[in-house]
Amino acid sequence: MAQKNKLVFFLLCALALLVLPLVLQGFGNAWVRIVNIALLYTMLALGLNIVVGYAGLLDLGYVAFFAVGAYLYGLLASPQLTDNFPAIAAMFPHGLHLSIWLALPLGLLVAATAGVLLGIPVLKLRGDYLAIVTLGFGEIIRIFMNNLDHPVNITNGPKGVNQIDPVHFFGINLSKPLHLFGFDVASVSLYYYLFLVAVIITLIICKRLEDSRIGRAWMAIREDDVAAKAMGLNVRNLKLLAFGMGASFGGVSGALFASFQQFVSPESFSLMESVMIVAMVVLGGLGHLPGVVVGALLLSALPEVLRYVAGPLQQMTDGRLDAAILRQLFIALAMIIIMLLRPRGLWPSPEHGKAKIDPADKVMPLTAQQDPPGIDFPSDATPGAVAVRQDAINP
Amino acid sequence: MDILLQQIINGLVLGSMYALIALGYTMVYGIIQLINFAHGEVLMVGALTAWSVIGWLQGVAPGMPAWVMLLLATLAGCVVASIVNVLIEKFAYRPLRNAPRLAPLITALGMSILLQALAMMIWKPNVKSFPSMLPTDPFFIGEAVITPTQIMILVVTVMALAVLTWIVNYTNIGRAMRATAENPRVASLMGVKPDSVISATFVIGAVLAAIAGVMYASNYGTAQHFMGFLPGLKAFTAAVFGGIGNLAGAVVGGVLLGLIEAIGSGYLGTLTGGFLGSDYTDIFAFIVLIIVLTLRPSGLLGERVADRA
Repeated sequence: MAQKNKLVFFLLCALALLVLPLVLQGFGNAWVRIVNIALLYTMLALGLNIVVGYAGLLDLGYVAFFAVGAYLYGLLASPQLTDNFPAIAAMFPHGLHLSIWLALPLGLLVAATAGVLLGIPVLKLRGDYLAIVTLGFGEIIRIFMNNLDHPVNITNGPKGVNQIDPVHFFGINLSKPLHLFGFDVASVSLYYYLFLVAVIITLIICKRLEDSRIGRAWMAIREDDVAAKAMGLNVRNLKLLAFGMGASFGGVSGALFASFQQFVSPESFSLMESVMIVAMVVLGGLGHLPGVVVGALLLSALPEVLRYVAGPLQQMTDGRLDAAILRQLFIALAMIIIMLLRPRGLWPSPEHGKAKIDPADKVMPLTAQQDPPGIDFPSDATPGAVAVRQDAINP
Repeated sequence: MDILLQQIINGLVLGSMYALIALGYTMVYGIIQLINFAHGEVLMVGALTAWSVIGWLQGVAPGMPAWVMLLLATLAGCVVASIVNVLIEKFAYRPLRNAPRLAPLITALGMSILLQALAMMIWKPNVKSFPSMLPTDPFFIGEAVITPTQIMILVVTVMALAVLTWIVNYTNIGRAMRATAENPRVASLMGVKPDSVISATFVIGAVLAAIAGVMYASNYGTAQHFMGFLPGLKAFTAAVFGGIGNLAGAVVGGVLLGLIEAIGSGYLGTLTGGFLGSDYTDIFAFIVLIIVLTLRPSGLLGERVADRA
């Protein structure tokens, strides 16, 4: 019976997810856009969750991998390179148009390589030292994207890469509405389905990883890497694997982002984005997939929704409280209040993320312990007292 | 050669501001092992308060000497920044003292965003020009130039560092701070009140940040709601560079980072034949940081500690 209810619930959810964009596009494509961006953030948060949540490595430069994926697709599927390099234009007379089937694996590989490259110098670093180096790495990537327009124009600098190809597959161009059974499915809704599939695949991979030997090894490293090493785990390779796997999801969602926006600029990859992704993971529940999804959806979608309902508030405060400020206020208050009320996240994992108990608290005075450790000697026994440990070696 | 001297002067000025801000990070870290991500915003609050006070003083007492105005404004900035920092600690960090380590990090980020939003509401988001309160005629050392503001920055930094050294080493509150940083449990058994020590640490950090904020604003002549972000980030880098939790490390890290940036921006272009311009100064600074941390994983002066994220 419970099994059947579960199935019905699952089917209802699936149906709701399928119908959602078709309903939302009735209110305007902007709403579907918000959901799409939220889905991309979900994917990023799931990727970062591998690094921060499973392996316990605080990465404040995660958006760099998103940028790598986005720029890779942007450069290989737009006129940017052919316009600026005659040699490349000669090689591809019809222009560079990388298919999404090639772009996704390529983005995955390049981002994973970048992740491992970042991982190598930071293997020895712990905690906050790790955080600052990853942050620096994120900034390095952004500064390169911002300045590689001279002396040779590769990334077009702060102006960004334009005219990126939308996704084509099976003869469907996702940038144009699709007529299906006399019903118009808007372009944004088509992207919604693409992103939904990507998120579901990511979720399945993450779930399988979590239960796998590798996932358990990561959690062992998170809890105590010295102990993990002593148990025979190859901590170095596992940490690099965590960086690589986490980065690969960032790369894929970056490529999807570029194809969806058809425009990328360094502005989208600021430090604040990295910070927000970390906030999504921690806010939702570190290392717990449903929690991470909830955190990502909450922090990415709700502020955008708020932007649309901010009009009346803005009039009430004669323009002082405009939509951007209101959005910031909301994010800030949400982060602070949720963390204060639920320090382990909105939906923390039930078994793994236990609050650490300070070892000093565990030591009870001997008199308070029921069974004091060690061997009882007859001389310990006070006359008249009942022997507490009948099964002691030396009663 | 004169370019080198000039860049060293610029680097020292920049570095001393980083050092003051980095001290705030590192003192807080030393005591509660938390990166106060809102520290840059405390600097911004201090600078913007000083800006408002200067504007008000210029209105009510136009005859007052400029340096007195600057002094009063800085004092006001210090007071407001201290109040803000203590409130941040009380509301966002204290309830989470025994929570998982990333939780206060998120509230710190939240506070940082919140303060920026509030500053936008109070002071409006536009760029404000910070009046130069000191004479602008520069002095010449050889062919290098140093402005009175820059001299003031160097002098004030040295004074602030001297006062801080005195407080930490020779006063009761300083001894209590060192004891709490060493071992909060034992310190509280010895009669130190951890909460008041932590509040005092936040006050000192805020005062240093507010002084640095006023200097930063006077040096660049502008103030804005997100002016705290970049110096905050750089100072955090400097604190980690020197070994976070170590006071001398923060000063060394700050000054070195300032020098690296100034010399980097002066010579990077000529060294790479114009391929990498001064836009890449930040990259240069971060690469130096990564190399240093690879060789010395706990910073230049940091002690080897076993902790994890």
